[in-house]
Amino acid sequence: MADNPKDIQLTSADFAPLDKQAGPDNERIAAPSLTFGQDVWRRLKSNKTAFTSFIILVLMFLIAFGGQAIYHHDPNAQEPKYANLPPKIPGVNIHGLNGHLTQSGQDVDAYKQAGAGSNVHYILGTDYLGRDLLARIMYGTRISLEIALIATLIDLTIGVGFGIISGWKGGRVDLFMQRVIEVLSSIPQLVVMVLMATAFTKTGMASIIAAIAITGWTTMARLTRAQTLQLKNQDFILAARTLGESAPKIAWKHLLPNLSSVIIIQTMFTIPSAIFFEAFLSYIGIGISSPQASLGTLISDGQKNFQFLPYQMWYPAIVLIILMLAFNLLGDGMRDAFDPKSKR
Amino acid sequence: MRKYLLKRIFYLFLTLFIVATATFFLMKLMPGTPLQNEAKLTPSEKAAILAQYGLDKPVWLQYFIYIGGIFKGSLGLSFQFSDQAVSYLIGSRMGPSMQLGGQALVVGIIFGIILGAIGAIRKDTWADRLATILSILGIAVPSFVLAILLQYYLGLKTGWFPVAGWSGFAYTLLPTLALAASPLAETARFIRTDMVDVLSSDYIELAKAKGLSKFGIVYHHALRNSLIPMVTLIGPLAAALMTGSMVVENIFSVPGIGEQFVKSILVNDYPTIMGVTIFYSALLCLLLLLTDIVYGIIDPRIRLSGNGD
Repeated sequence: MADNPKDIQLTSADFAPLDKQAGPDNERIAAPSLTFGQDVWRRLKSNKTAFTSFIILVLMFLIAFGGQAIYHHDPNAQEPKYANLPPKIPGVNIHGLNGHLTQSGQDVDAYKQAGAGSNVHYILGTDYLGRDLLARIMYGTRISLEIALIATLIDLTIGVGFGIISGWKGGRVDLFMQRVIEVLSSIPQLVVMVLMATAFTKTGMASIIAAIAITGWTTMARLTRAQTLQLKNQDFILAARTLGESAPKIAWKHLLPNLSSVIIIQTMFTIPSAIFFEAFLSYIGIGISSPQASLGTLISDGQKNFQFLPYQMWYPAIVLIILMLAFNLLGDGMRDAFDPKSKR
Repeated sequence: MRKYLLKRIFYLFLTLFIVATATFFLMKLMPGTPLQNEAKLTPSEKAAILAQYGLDKPVWLQYFIYIGGIFKGSLGLSFQFSDQAVSYLIGSRMGPSMQLGGQALVVGIIFGIILGAIGAIRKDTWADRLATILSILGIAVPSFVLAILLQYYLGLKTGWFPVAGWSGFAYTLLPTLALAASPLAETARFIRTDMVDVLSSDYIELAKAKGLSKFGIVYHHALRNSLIPMVTLIGPLAAALMTGSMVVENIFSVPGIGEQFVKSILVNDYPTIMGVTIFYSALLCLLLLLTDIVYGIIDPRIRLSGNGD
């Protein structure tokens, strides 16, 4: 070793990292280190309720989007002579699932009454036009989910974009944008939806999606703005600015990844609310119109016969309730998983 | 405080103005006239009807007449009921809606507080879990499904409650219950989260150390502090009640504003849709303003004029 610093000869081998496991035992990191995502996933898995909800949702998505590949029944095929048949599953002899009905106190085989052969069976029964209820529920769930997901996606894009711009620009722009949100959020959400839905009458899905998306983004924008305000004064953002990174690139590469937990959690609560509003609009008759079906129209159709054929409303209602429950519970679980400090 | 109030009132009017303008032009874009048997009418009859509704004037003039009318408390004439003013329609139907909404809010908040408090005090026990399940169900079960189920099982099948209609207090029970579910659930969740925090704070430890009774601690120290932020929940709850009332009033045939609104949508009665929209927005804006003022009064730590801007 020479004393003169100029004599030091460094090769790339001198910069090789040290063996992490070398050194005293008590400083060794025993467990493998996890990324943020892995950590969240681990916490989510340990939350039984949230994880069950997650599994249920995956199953429902699979059935709604892929179910028709296995269950080949046209949700719109009408069979008037087999109208209003109760559920019948071959080999199951429980009242309510064996094709029998109680009519004026007597047990009647509704399938025999309708003159259906022994090979005819509808797992969840048929509706007032003789359409297969299971096929319709699968189809309706798919439409409901499609509407909710697309609306949420639009919602998220507008909300996050608005929030980041508002928080990043600050000053007058921020002040103006905040007033816009203030005005928008003091109009009842439903009123705007009804107006939008009536304004684009008879266009079906697109108008509902527009109605939900236009009203839902203000909460997301508020949350994103608050987070952006906190982040933008931190050193890593300052460093990026000093190095001459452009604003859109900072937003994409530095702000968005740090906002992701807020965005994901809020999205988990936006989806069930979109599902609810879709069902609501379809239920009162300004949403999806036939022959398309959604959970809301199925419930509304089933309600007409509820007194005599309760299954026609119960099944779509149960699907809707399970969807709402699962999304809400998963949302709660996600919030805990992303923010382990919160004690709930 | 005064400056803040004036600013808020200015925004209230700005909001309502935007709502009225947007609604007016949206409705103008839509097809449909008050004419019922258009083919059978002679041109002069048509002109007379259009003139009655002011539809013979150019759109910009109609707009100014409409906005000017709002300041005089007039919201135009309904297409659905000939010669009936929308403001009269809303006024005559306000009673049942307000009664139902008020009852549902009171029931929801009181039982929500009880449920939430039980959950927080008995945290992680079966009671907490039951309270959580109830409150999550209240959020997951849409009001229209709950209303139909209540109507059938508690009204029609058992005959304990009147099935539908509006003639006496008994008729308000089922709709109130159906409407109260969602505020109850929201309140319970809110109170539980908040009280769990409060119960672990220092002054509760001090109260315990002083040997106060458990009820005294919960009632005097924990609950009172959790109730303050509850005030901010009233605005969103009221908005949710308006949503709920539209279907619940329909299912139980309550002659309220929500029921009229749905009917008007289905028959394209534009003046009524516009009127109810403005009415709902005004109601919500007023409630939001009131809650902010009340919040500042009951919790002096919050400065109204501050607000960061």
